[in-house]
Amino acid sequence: MRISELANPSRFVRAANLVMPWLSGAAAIVFAFALYRAMLAPDDYQQGATVKIMFLHVPSAWLGMLCWALMTVAALGTLVWCHPLADVTAKAAAPLGAAFTLLCLVTGSLWGRPEWGTYWVWDARLTSELILFLLYLGVIALWRTVEDPSRAARAVAILTLVGAIDLPIIKFSVDWWNTLHQGASVFRLGGSTIDPTILIPLLLMAAAFTLLFVTLLLAAMRNEILRRRVRTLRLLQASAAG
Amino acid sequence: MQATAHIEFIVAAYAAGVVVIVALIGWVMLDYRLQRRILAELETKGISRRAARESADE
Amino acid sequence: MTPLSALLVRDMRIAIRVGGGALIGVLFFVVVVTLTPFAIGPDLALLKRIGPAILWLAALLASLLALDRLFASDHEDGSLDLILTGRAPLELVIAAKGLAHWLTTAVPLIVAAPLIGLLLNIEPPAQAGLVLTLLVGTPALTFIGIVGAAIAVTLRRGGLLLAIIVLPLTVPVLIFGVAAANAAVAGPAPFGTPFTVLCALTLASLVIGPFAAAAALRLDIE
Repeated sequence: MRISELANPSRFVRAANLVMPWLSGAAAIVFAFALYRAMLAPDDYQQGATVKIMFLHVPSAWLGMLCWALMTVAALGTLVWCHPLADVTAKAAAPLGAAFTLLCLVTGSLWGRPEWGTYWVWDARLTSELILFLLYLGVIALWRTVEDPSRAARAVAILTLVGAIDLPIIKFSVDWWNTLHQGASVFRLGGSTIDPTILIPLLLMAAAFTLLFVTLLLAAMRNEILRRRVRTLRLLQASAAG
Repeated sequence: MQATAHIEFIVAAYAAGVVVIVALIGWVMLDYRLQRRILAELETKGISRRAARESADE
Repeated sequence: MTPLSALLVRDMRIAIRVGGGALIGVLFFVVVVTLTPFAIGPDLALLKRIGPAILWLAALLASLLALDRLFASDHEDGSLDLILTGRAPLELVIAAKGLAHWLTTAVPLIVAAPLIGLLLNIEPPAQAGLVLTLLVGTPALTFIGIVGAAIAVTLRRGGLLLAIIVLPLTVPVLIFGVAAANAAVAGPAPFGTPFTVLCALTLASLVIGPFAAAAALRLDIE
């Protein structure tokens, strides 16, 4: 079965039903292993044990951005190719991305209090991440405000494309502005600067989070397809009764 | 093991993680059950999709 | 289910559903608060001093947003006429609608306020006083607002007129709410005095609001 054949919603639901138990099992196993390695990781020379918050904070930040990037691709799918599953993907992904971005803000705030002495500071990276969270909320609000799913999808697609400009701002904010948040240490030219004893658990947690995200996304997409069936049936029911 | 400094922040952060992940999983599962229940109710009322009827004949 | 509680539930359901406005109010609140440091500058000490005022102002504006639709949507589909000719006392009906508005617009806002307060560098211990002033003061904002909503219901671009009517009336609530919140956050002024006045204002508005709004509706819909 080719990927393009999955564009049929019913086929997608059947494929998702098959794949999801394995994915969720894999996510659980990787999470267990990653948490185990995270607990074993050494304390930071300056920060002490609070560096362990990083194992939550950084993967959720990555996922929050990855999710918007996925929504951007879906937006193109809706606007350019009218792909049937593009709308479903975009709508299902939005709450997940919002949740991970919120987790990033909350864990970052809890890390910042012992680190810098304050729960929040209006520097470039934190502000642009907060803007991303507000953009997510705006997209979710837009999905809920427009009645017709296909019209909603087009409106959301445009908002998603415009909002995508926040992603490079977040990424490069620590380079472009003088910020309190630390600079890039994983994805940079010249390789990572983090010690492997901390880098490995971090990457493991990122993998666990990603597996969780994919599982949740497939489940949410399945729910959205079912929701649209319900809507169609209800419209049929209403027009038959009338 | 000596008392870890700022342990309450670390615990709070991981607790937030647990809450968010559990909430997401819960939302997805509950929504699934809800949609299935509504579809079953509509099914019993005799309304069905053309595609479902056709695939039942396959 | 009594007619009043049925009306309450109906209003709340409409507010939460598609096109409603309940959760949009909170989102607006968050956006307004987020905008202020861009305008004022990120100086945390300054933000802490004016934080309570910003939160109160944002709460006022967010409450105002949903007031526009309070009577207008019922007027459009004819249910307002049914309500006016129904058996339940109009004042109680209006009170029920006001309660629905407060529950769907102000309560999420009050829940979000502590988190948003963190953005303005308001420390958690001070949050309690701030949340208390919002809890006590937002009903006053709602019940003063319904008077303006009733007056402006038949007008086409009623939303702006509604704001012009309502905002001056809410000034006392704003003054005492911010005074109490400031006392909670920064001291040294006592919290009790402005807070008691705030309670009095709310209690008065709970009574006067529905009566004034009922009178306005009866005049409007002749």
